[in-house]
Amino acid sequence: MLSALPSIVGFVRPDIDWHAVAPELTLLGVGAVVTLLDIVLLERGRAYTSALAGIGLLVALIPIVTLAADGTTREMFGGAFVVDDFALILKAMFIVVAYIVVLLSTNYVAEGDYWENEYYGLMLSAVMGMVLMASARDLVTIFVALELLSIPAYLLAAWRKADPKSNEAGLKYYLMGVFASAIMLYGMSLLFGLAGDTRLSAISDAVSGSDANPVVILGIIFVIVGFAFKVSGFPFHMWAPDTYEGAPTPVTAFLAVASKAAGFVALMQLVYAGFPGRDDVYQPLLWILAVGSMTAGNLIALRQENIVRLMAYSGVSQAGFMLAPLAVAGDIGGEALSAVINYVLIYAAMNLGAFAVIIAVARRTASGEIRSYAGLFKYAPGMTVVMSVFLFSLAGIPPLGGWFAKFAVFRAVVEADTGWGYSLAAIAAVNSVIAMFYYAKVARMMWFEDVPEEADTSSLRVPPSLVAALGLTAAATLLFGIYPAAITHFTDGTLIALP
Amino acid sequence: MGEFLNDWGLSIPTFLPIIGAAVMLLIPKDREQLHKLIALATTVVVAVFGLLLLIQFIDNDNYGALNFVVDKGWIDVIDSRYIMGVDGISLPLMLLTMLIVPLCVIYSWNHFPEPHNPKAFLMLLLILETGMIGTFAAQDLILFFVFFEVVLLPMYFMIGVWGGENRRYAAIKFFLFTLFGSALMLVSFLALYFLADASTFDMRLLPEAAAGIAKSSQVWVFGGMFLGFGIKVPMFPFHTWLPDAHTEAPTVGSVILAAVLLKLGTYGFVRIAIPILPEAAAEWAPFIGLLAVIGIIYGALGCLAQRDLKRLVAFSSVAHMGFVMLGIATLTDFGINAAVFGMVAHGLITGMLFFLAGSVKERYHTLDMSRLGGLLVQAPRMGWILGFCAMASLGLPGLAGFWGEFPAILASYNPAAVLAEETFRSYMVIAALGTVLAAGYLLWMLQKTAFGTPREEFANDPHVHDATVSEYMAWAPLLILILVLGVYPHLLFGATDPAVINSLSECLDSSTSGACFDAAAGK
Repeated sequence: MLSALPSIVGFVRPDIDWHAVAPELTLLGVGAVVTLLDIVLLERGRAYTSALAGIGLLVALIPIVTLAADGTTREMFGGAFVVDDFALILKAMFIVVAYIVVLLSTNYVAEGDYWENEYYGLMLSAVMGMVLMASARDLVTIFVALELLSIPAYLLAAWRKADPKSNEAGLKYYLMGVFASAIMLYGMSLLFGLAGDTRLSAISDAVSGSDANPVVILGIIFVIVGFAFKVSGFPFHMWAPDTYEGAPTPVTAFLAVASKAAGFVALMQLVYAGFPGRDDVYQPLLWILAVGSMTAGNLIALRQENIVRLMAYSGVSQAGFMLAPLAVAGDIGGEALSAVINYVLIYAAMNLGAFAVIIAVARRTASGEIRSYAGLFKYAPGMTVVMSVFLFSLAGIPPLGGWFAKFAVFRAVVEADTGWGYSLAAIAAVNSVIAMFYYAKVARMMWFEDVPEEADTSSLRVPPSLVAALGLTAAATLLFGIYPAAITHFTDGTLIALP
Repeated sequence: MGEFLNDWGLSIPTFLPIIGAAVMLLIPKDREQLHKLIALATTVVVAVFGLLLLIQFIDNDNYGALNFVVDKGWIDVIDSRYIMGVDGISLPLMLLTMLIVPLCVIYSWNHFPEPHNPKAFLMLLLILETGMIGTFAAQDLILFFVFFEVVLLPMYFMIGVWGGENRRYAAIKFFLFTLFGSALMLVSFLALYFLADASTFDMRLLPEAAAGIAKSSQVWVFGGMFLGFGIKVPMFPFHTWLPDAHTEAPTVGSVILAAVLLKLGTYGFVRIAIPILPEAAAEWAPFIGLLAVIGIIYGALGCLAQRDLKRLVAFSSVAHMGFVMLGIATLTDFGINAAVFGMVAHGLITGMLFFLAGSVKERYHTLDMSRLGGLLVQAPRMGWILGFCAMASLGLPGLAGFWGEFPAILASYNPAAVLAEETFRSYMVIAALGTVLAAGYLLWMLQKTAFGTPREEFANDPHVHDATVSEYMAWAPLLILILVLGVYPHLLFGATDPAVINSLSECLDSSTSGACFDAAAGK
């Protein structure tokens, strides 16, 4: 009887390109196996979970490589799900980032006696949401992807159940996230009402010709603001410091890198596929968000005493830099897109690396205070050097990766050759100097200060999974800086395929 | 040999130090002797490469054009290429770097500043060398920018870890000042890229390609570069980081800072800002000249107010770089030749003075000139060397300092045709007064430290002894060069002159339409 159902309701099963959805399906499968393992093996399964999650993520890279080798743009569901170069490079990034986060989590979760199966199961589900986001070219798909990545993240943020700070982190993140989703959904409903279609291509046609229609303007603003929460852009960043501080540090790394990148992926798709004709609306809005984020994030970061809060505000400021090219996207086109992708990729390497060091050092000091880094150079010189690489890379000092990320941003905004662009360049230049101040503050602690009297100065033992994470991120940070072609080879000319 | 040098002559010495540093990274910290030997071997090999380059350069006999050019792809998407090359302007500065760094290794052989750790110290020194040589060799704006910035971090750590009392403040101040300038400089480079006729960062092509940029835009772009280079020089009023950095830096740090890092700024003007944007340079020149003479007088007065020997030498740097900038501001080949000579001479002389200040500090544990005195009695050879360097610094004819200052003053009598003669002649008078002040503060310094009898507290101090072998080895090459260049300046002018004329060729040749310094074209 069920087989007769489609013919009754007029449903035609859409063609499914299994190759194109293989990464998502792999992640789904691994997530299911991780969950089943818990049910079947109970306690005995704990030891294998992190390895399984890690291997599963690497397996999910295989279809991405084959899809990239194939090279054709694949579309499904009437253009709602697209696999193009843009999607592939970001899917690969999300999976590699998640793999490194698994490396960061292994000892943290095992030693903290947390539930491993749920932890990795939720993380895989969030990664699936991100991977889906990279292909979503439809308002509903974007929304589903967003919730798929957000809801596990709310739970992960509150993972340290006994700690009120972690509870606060999860709750704050949840409330703010839901609030943002609501605003965004309202914006989406306005756009849908106008276009009568949820696909971005249809939205693009509908909004382009409707000059001063306030409904369109409001819809665009609401949708962008919704994602401004996700990327922790000023003034929608308030949740970030508390959530980052309270969440387990590997989760913080995950939020600060992967979740933020997912927000940018959505923003790029909206700007390039959804509202390309309305740069009169989104450019000023993104300009304000960019300038506000980089300036406010920097100024507040100057006063932080806790390293994770410092990284939170630095993340707000970095988000400002990533938003900057989008604020001139209408003037220069694809260059801005490459600049944002470059930045997101390089930022992932250096920021994850910095969090890896924070996790490694916290194993000794059990503290997030910047003061606890005093004299690190005396007893952990290797860790100090690596952390300095990440910090100065975040500050954009050549020849570390961050310089090229910042350079690409400067290049994009100057290329616009408008007053908006040049003023953004000047503000960004001043901000990169302010940012240097607080990154250097941490470096100063590590290098120049003496070790506190009571501190244990035997050499620091770092578990192998953290060493692997540090090695990968540091190597990537240096490689991207010295030979940026390693990254531009993939990002240059990457365009969001327009159906 | 010649072919090998043409292909690899610049890349090897540029990256050899960083390879040396990488090797040192793998060796445990407590094998100090090995670390010192690796650092010395690396820097000496680099210096030998420098010598070979010099011989080949003379053999090529083409001082005005770029030699040893390498042009390879680097970051294709932004059209930035790995272009290296040296001409008569950059080669002397590069050789100065290659000479100074091994001398620094020798000097610090037995006395590394607190907290010791020769491994880290020498590694930073080697990274610095890569940055400095690379900056002088780079012929692509982005490559130049990267090397220009590579220098920042090692110096920051050198001041911050091995520096004096107030090192944290000095280190971050140095860093932030320079970073601010270079951020705006980068924006200028980008603007140049987009505004010029050809989208390129190639310094060889830009002078022609940038000629079409509207003058008003040129002036803005030049402004960004002016901040970037001017802070590095440093010009008044951006000089405030310099006395702090110099005073707090360890001896070797001060020497490198004075001898090479400051030159990166002036070199930037000579190599990039002026040849690429001559019309804007002509607009800015009177202003730069004004700041230069203010720097000369302000630096000299600052010197007279110091009690600390090292701080005095630091302020004298502000004054000397004022002369260099005045030479550049005249926009004549004569003035710019003087400026390049002044850079080299200042590197040799002030480098020496910082070495001496470091040695004095090591013996007396103070640099307070009111407590010093009688160096000639207690350490006569060191005292005479100090006297020699003071004379060289105040511009005594026959020593290198003279050929940096005197032609710069002379050049401002007759600036480029587009510039107002009256303005520059009044600058000339002020600068000449500056030389008198220079004589004043240097002789005063000599009187305070070298003459007289030692203070009671140091009279029988066993720490106070004459120069040691490692000090002689580090100083002798510098002292000899100061004398040789002073007696026979053509050694340097012969190399710089064709290169300067070539770099200004777009502007000097009044027969072409691009004769921007010509009076008729400018007015």
